[in-house]
Amino acid sequence: MRLAGRLGGAALSLVMVAVLGFFLFRVVPGDPVVSMTRGRPTTAATQEALRAQFGLDRPVHEQFWSYFTGLLRGELGTSFTFRRPVADVILERLGPTLLLVGTSTLIAVGLGLWLGVRAAWRRNSALDRVTTGVSLTLWAVPTFWLGMLLMMVTGDLFPSRGMRDTDTPPDFLSQALDVGHHLVLPSVTLVAVVCAEYALVMRSSLLEELHAPYLTTARAKGLRDDVVRRRHAVPNAVLPAITLVFLRVGLVVSGAITTETVFSWPGLGLLFYDALTGPDYFLLQGLLVVTAGAVVVMNLLADLLHGVLDPRVKVV
Amino acid sequence: MRVKLGALLAVATTVVLGAPPVAAQQPVILKVAITQQIDSLNPFLAVFQSSTEVGRLMYDYLTAYAADDQAVTEGLARSWESSADKLTWTFTVPEGKKWSDGQPITAHDVAFTYNLMLTDEAARTANGSFVTNFASVTAPDDRTVVIRTKTPQVTMLALDVPIVPRHVWEHVGSVKDHANDRMPVVGSGPFVLTEHVAGQHIKLKANKTYWRGAPKVDELHFVYFQNSDAAVQALGKGEVDLVNRMAPAQFDSLAGKDGVTRNKAQGRRFTELLINPGAQTRTGEPIGDGHPALRDVRVRRAVAQAIDLDALVQRVNLGYAEKGAGLVPPVFTQWHWKPDEAQQRRFDPAAANAALDAAGYPRRADGTRFPLRLIGRAGRAYDEQASEYLKRSMGDIGIPLDVRLVSDNQLNEATTAATYDLAFSGWATNVDPDFVLSLHTCAQRPGADGKGGTTDAYFCDETYDRLYARQLSEFDQGERVRIVHQMQARFHDQVPAVVLAYDNALEAYRSDRFARFTTQPAQGGVIMAQNGVWGYYGAEPLQRAAPAPGSRWPAFAIGAAVLVALVVTALVLARRRRATAGERE
Repeated sequence: MRLAGRLGGAALSLVMVAVLGFFLFRVVPGDPVVSMTRGRPTTAATQEALRAQFGLDRPVHEQFWSYFTGLLRGELGTSFTFRRPVADVILERLGPTLLLVGTSTLIAVGLGLWLGVRAAWRRNSALDRVTTGVSLTLWAVPTFWLGMLLMMVTGDLFPSRGMRDTDTPPDFLSQALDVGHHLVLPSVTLVAVVCAEYALVMRSSLLEELHAPYLTTARAKGLRDDVVRRRHAVPNAVLPAITLVFLRVGLVVSGAITTETVFSWPGLGLLFYDALTGPDYFLLQGLLVVTAGAVVVMNLLADLLHGVLDPRVKVV
Repeated sequence: MRVKLGALLAVATTVVLGAPPVAAQQPVILKVAITQQIDSLNPFLAVFQSSTEVGRLMYDYLTAYAADDQAVTEGLARSWESSADKLTWTFTVPEGKKWSDGQPITAHDVAFTYNLMLTDEAARTANGSFVTNFASVTAPDDRTVVIRTKTPQVTMLALDVPIVPRHVWEHVGSVKDHANDRMPVVGSGPFVLTEHVAGQHIKLKANKTYWRGAPKVDELHFVYFQNSDAAVQALGKGEVDLVNRMAPAQFDSLAGKDGVTRNKAQGRRFTELLINPGAQTRTGEPIGDGHPALRDVRVRRAVAQAIDLDALVQRVNLGYAEKGAGLVPPVFTQWHWKPDEAQQRRFDPAAANAALDAAGYPRRADGTRFPLRLIGRAGRAYDEQASEYLKRSMGDIGIPLDVRLVSDNQLNEATTAATYDLAFSGWATNVDPDFVLSLHTCAQRPGADGKGGTTDAYFCDETYDRLYARQLSEFDQGERVRIVHQMQARFHDQVPAVVLAYDNALEAYRSDRFARFTTQPAQGGVIMAQNGVWGYYGAEPLQRAAPAPGSRWPAFAIGAAVLVALVVTALVLARRRRATAGERE
């Protein structure tokens, strides 16, 4: 019954997102038809025809109805800017975003949790001080600046843009290596910025467990320090971090606007930015539904997983 | 030890991924950085400047503009003549020109393209304005195109419309849904489109059968940069060969850089300051909320007189611009208008103050006359710096300026709805001045609903409109030039906008890989964003080009080194740990 409630809640959130997406972006200033024809000699008749072609001349409630029914049929409309179905445009950008944000989230989670655990376990040690200091500094640094700085100091070692060079041989290995090569700077930038969050959350939640009596018991049983940490302390302290990880994983889909902009990475973050400058209503709506949908689904998963990880949380 | 391992892990996981793809650099490739997306590859729909530029490489127009002086020259048509009443134009498409798939280019292709635009609304999206005055287009034989216009049209040799192959496009069901991405795309230009990856790059191959002769490079790649600073860096590293649209500071940063040559060219763009002259719709209804004082031309003149254009060029454009006056930049030598001694408006705050007093706007007790709003684009360096400067200039004549820097869309919305007093704007102009002049005719103002207008400054002036109509049907070139100059003088005198500066186009290329590019015009001209394709078509690679500096071997070496270091560290650590574990137990 509780599970059904959760699922219903998630479905309701999705519907709200879909409705909100329509009205939210209609408030964004700008006339898509004017943007579409900017800098061109355009007649009033052409502008009218464009408005009609995209249905912008119809009353808002009609536009909303056609958008909403289209959504139920799985149609997201046609992008004004790219003159192609929104679903196609989003799909071709999804891969690069999953690759970049997925890779860096994995590294950041692993590294962040590891550092957080070590720092808490040896509180006030050199490792703790360095981890906390460096994390906070990187967390505070503007992503844009960090990215440009990395690009400058690494000189010729790494490419400055995009996902692939245009003259890389078409075979799979060369292409894969080239993508890897291009992935380095953007993912280092992303990891550097978000790693701190995991490290600090993990550190503080483990610190709370440190003086718990069950750890003293474990030590009294003669268990090794490593085992006390791994088997007893960490499993109890990891829950807040798991919540954070799942929230983050949901956001993976929405990309990383700043990092993608600095390195011209062809992902969804960049697409979102471009769509806003239109404003490309259908593309914006589609992006919101896809990205918010991912967050809703991930939150649902996090809820369910909590029940598995911590028997005190009853889901079903 | 563990700290080091953690740091190493972080670096290694990422660095190791960067191994060297095998470099195969036999074909000569020209790599060009672009900072604008491609909206569509369909030449009837593409409106972005970047897409138009790629489109020009794929499809020739009926006529072209020469590289050295921008005069009209052979395009797909070699010769042309007009009837005595100037209503019928006959173009001759010579034998021997071929589409990239080997089919001959004929007059039927030309007629098909224009007729498609005349009959299909969607096909008029990008270039519709060129055919609005067409009555009919026919091809009586393979070589002859006959265009009849409704009224005499002076711009018949400036029809910037890509001509498409009939044998391909007659099978296209719906122009508005056609992506035109079946590679290689059949075209008539010097390059053939072979690959487009959205948001990443575009690849074109040389059209070996191009009627002017094959280009000197084998491939032309456009790579997309979202961030112009990264594009400039990429040029420095040798990842790209050609960059344009640089900001003055970026251009300066490349001074003296080995292997890089900079090109400071006369551009097609101008920057202007709009002054709301009391905006009205086409039907004469007031629109927007411009300050009423600005309806008085004496006030607008005083505002213009209080701005030191020379200082703006020096301090804001860092000298990379020319002082503004008329609507046509100096690169179009004959159309460009220079004010004479009497027309010249000199920077003179004292005279401006006196003029405002005389116009009935005396200073109040607090020293001000009336406040004005200035709207500009946030994030555009020019607007940010020039607005500070204008604040001081206006302050000197008792006008407190409220500066608001907003997003591109908001700025557009404000200028379209006339909810501004002063606003920054700018235009790129064409070889034929008709378009930029047309923006200031009364008919370009919006309809009663505030929509459908393409006016730039809400200018509406009987004298100007009369001159505009006259130049449009004046076939005597000398006389037309005279009228166009008069129009610019009138615009300058009535000041619905102050042309602040003609921006230089700032470009740079790898001169260790390319010996020369054809600029347009020959003296002080641009390589990219031309009214033609000469820059790319005429690119001459060096005989012995330097190897691409962006070699990836060092990265591989670092990656391998870090990997080895990582394995060794892990081994040492594991042994040490086993030892301590033993000791502890």
